Amino acid sequence: MTNALHISVLAVMLIAAFFALWFKDLISSVISLAVFSLMMALEFYILQAPDVAIAEAAIGAALSTTIYIIALRACRRSKSEGGRKQ
Amino acid sequence: MNPLSVVVRTGCDLFAWFMVVFGVNVLVHGYMTPGGGFQGGAIIATFTAFLLVAYGGRKLLGWANEKIFDLFEEVGLLAFFFLAFMGFPVTFFYNYLVKPLAAGGVVPPAGTTALMSIAVGLEVSGALSMVILTMYRGIRMFETAPMEEEIGHDR
Repeated sequence: MTNALHISVLAVMLIAAFFALWFKDLISSVISLAVFSLMMALEFYILQAPDVAIAEAAIGAALSTTIYIIALRACRRSKSEGGRKQ
Repeated sequence: MNPLSVVVRTGCDLFAWFMVVFGVNVLVHGYMTPGGGFQGGAIIATFTAFLLVAYGGRKLLGWANEKIFDLFEEVGLLAFFFLAFMGFPVTFFYNYLVKPLAAGGVVPPAGTTALMSIAVGLEVSGALSMVILTMYRGIRMFETAPMEEEIGHDR
């Protein structure tokens, strides 16, 4: 039972990490990282470390996601530089 | 950041303060239950992130007074140092409260550990809120420059 739970949580973590690298859309990538952090918190909780799980859920899933999204807002391209259009 | 829809804002009105209460609960009971100063402070700082996402940055910068977050940091750090230095006739970080007042019931039985956890929680909540506010103020510098529409993100 516990092994199946471990394997499923780790599989979701692998899938989330893969999609964090796979997405071209950066905000989807950040959401995938948030899912990865949430699954990591669940894994810590299963491994009898609720203290680390609270820290991981608060920092990884909430605060770092917000900080990444704020940083993405600053990454708009300006008109004058004329970068390659997608 | 633009404010989100009225559903999200109403949810924020309902649940935001309870997140602060939950963070304070984690922080105050940190000496006995899972959690502690850093975890509770991080949960409290999530309040600022929640307001920023739901209501947008302009309103949040109008509401938030950064001197309060500065005050949280300073009070937390000074309380930590004060509590650590108070044990100095014996050692640094000596838990001088745990013996005489353990049976009294006013001070928690962990002594200075619980008070230091509260100090760390104040410091972390102020610092992480300040990180979010400072990052948002940093990206507002780009808003005056001529920009084209965003392509890949933040629809």
